[in-house]
Amino acid sequence: MLSFENVGLRYGVGAETLRDINFQIAPRSFQFLTGPSGAGKTTLMRLIIMALRPTRGLINIFGKDTAALSNEEVAETRRGIGVVFQDFRLLDHLTLYENVALPLRVLGREESTYRAEVTELLRWVGLGERAHALPTILSGGEKQRAAIARALISQPKLLLADEPTGNVDPTLARRILRLFVELHKAGTAVIIATHDMTLMDQYEEARRLVLADGRLHIFE
Amino acid sequence: MRKRDVSCSPTAGYTFSNKRTMAVMQFWSPNRPDTPDIDVDAEEFPAQSALVPADSVPGRSLVIVIAIMTFLAALAANVAILVADASVEWRSDIAREATVQVRPTPGRDIELDVATAAEAMRKTPGVRDALVYAQSESEALLTPWLGEGLDLSELPTPRMIVLKLETENRPDFDRLRMELERVVPNAVLDDHHVFIERLGDMARAAVATAALVFILILAAMAVAVASATRAAVATNREIVEVLHIVGAADAFIAQEFQRRFMALGFRGALIGGGGAVAFFVLAQFLARRWRATGGGEQIEAMFGDFSVGPSGFLVILLLVGAVATLTGYLSRYIVLRHLWRLG
Repeated sequence: MLSFENVGLRYGVGAETLRDINFQIAPRSFQFLTGPSGAGKTTLMRLIIMALRPTRGLINIFGKDTAALSNEEVAETRRGIGVVFQDFRLLDHLTLYENVALPLRVLGREESTYRAEVTELLRWVGLGERAHALPTILSGGEKQRAAIARALISQPKLLLADEPTGNVDPTLARRILRLFVELHKAGTAVIIATHDMTLMDQYEEARRLVLADGRLHIFE
Repeated sequence: MRKRDVSCSPTAGYTFSNKRTMAVMQFWSPNRPDTPDIDVDAEEFPAQSALVPADSVPGRSLVIVIAIMTFLAALAANVAILVADASVEWRSDIAREATVQVRPTPGRDIELDVATAAEAMRKTPGVRDALVYAQSESEALLTPWLGEGLDLSELPTPRMIVLKLETENRPDFDRLRMELERVVPNAVLDDHHVFIERLGDMARAAVATAALVFILILAAMAVAVASATRAAVATNREIVEVLHIVGAADAFIAQEFQRRFMALGFRGALIGGGGAVAFFVLAQFLARRWRATGGGEQIEAMFGDFSVGPSGFLVILLLVGAVATLTGYLSRYIVLRHLWRLG
């Protein structure tokens, strides 16, 4: 599903931030991506979603070499990836409903064709009553749930979550993790970037990808 | 399209088209209270917000710039049309006349020469009439150059004959010259072609200048739109990034900006075009009121009565449409180019 071969990334002319990164993500797998702050977790996530291009090496997503993709093909490939950002990245001028519906809207679908789907998903994440609220008036937990709903609405094959529990209390963190585990069991490949050891200890079956000094160490 | 089941039950809870996701979501709120039946489609949903927020685009200033530019472009286009139409009238008026100048020559009776020349001209096909200017009238023509109060009787003042020509059946000027030279050797025919050509050149220069001004105005407007688009893309960088991440194609993002800018362009063009229409209606009204004055006559001679006519208003209408379209497509092009560079 996803593979990195000898991938390196350098910003400007300095030393490589990431070097010789090699790993594969299998379908229906679950992994934590961890490492100290500044180790390059977010950079690696940005490489996966093709927001950055590697300085060297090969990245293959869903059987396609990302270096050879056109802008249109990049957009199409991204539709198979759901992303939950640490800072949520909700658009403040759109309602929660519109934010969650965004991945369907950009496909050019008529609003009436996905209204029921989005509304129900919002209810399931406990935000049914807040569908028409703007993100600016929501709590961190509510924003987190909306961000997760947005990542799930298009039924991605791969889910990336960057520090998904960084802004929530321990109880909510456990529920979020439980959600991701169930998603994984239902068939989605999940990568959670976190430095929260407590969170990782709650699901010991997960593979651990540890970034340190720009290199990746894998613990099966 | 895949089948969706959106039925709700107070006891069974929701079923959902995305069964895999919904099965998972049951873990989200295990203690969720029963939810009453709600017909989702019957809920009131406000119209979808634009993805590019209105307040993120320098809208008001852009509308003002586009309005001014459209007004000036409409003015330039219609002045070009007015001058072109007026020049056709000038040339047609002048081409309806020709002049014979009989020079006083020692040993010849000028009155006889004038009468002979006039008679010969009247007999020529294509000449409707030949009006002989009296000695005093010919001298009066020199007053603007020599001043008043001079006794010109001692000067060899040429005598003028104005020929009124038929518009359909114009005379053969070469034959006319030969005939004139035969009967009155000291007479010269002026068919005004030099003056007509100069007028034509002047009119063409005026139209070309107006066209150049028109193009420059549109170019300046395009630069303003391009600059505003770049500013809008920069302001909305985060929105563009989120749209990219959720899988939006460049064309989709560009279309969102195009929609926003086309609306702004249409608003500005409508204001500017409306202003231009109001200007020409007012100018026409004032020109009619001032027609009797000396200045009014000069302006009317130059531009006609400022009546732009249906073609002028059609040009303004087309300009409004063109400006709105140009604004939209230019912003689309700028955004696409920006996204292509990012890619």
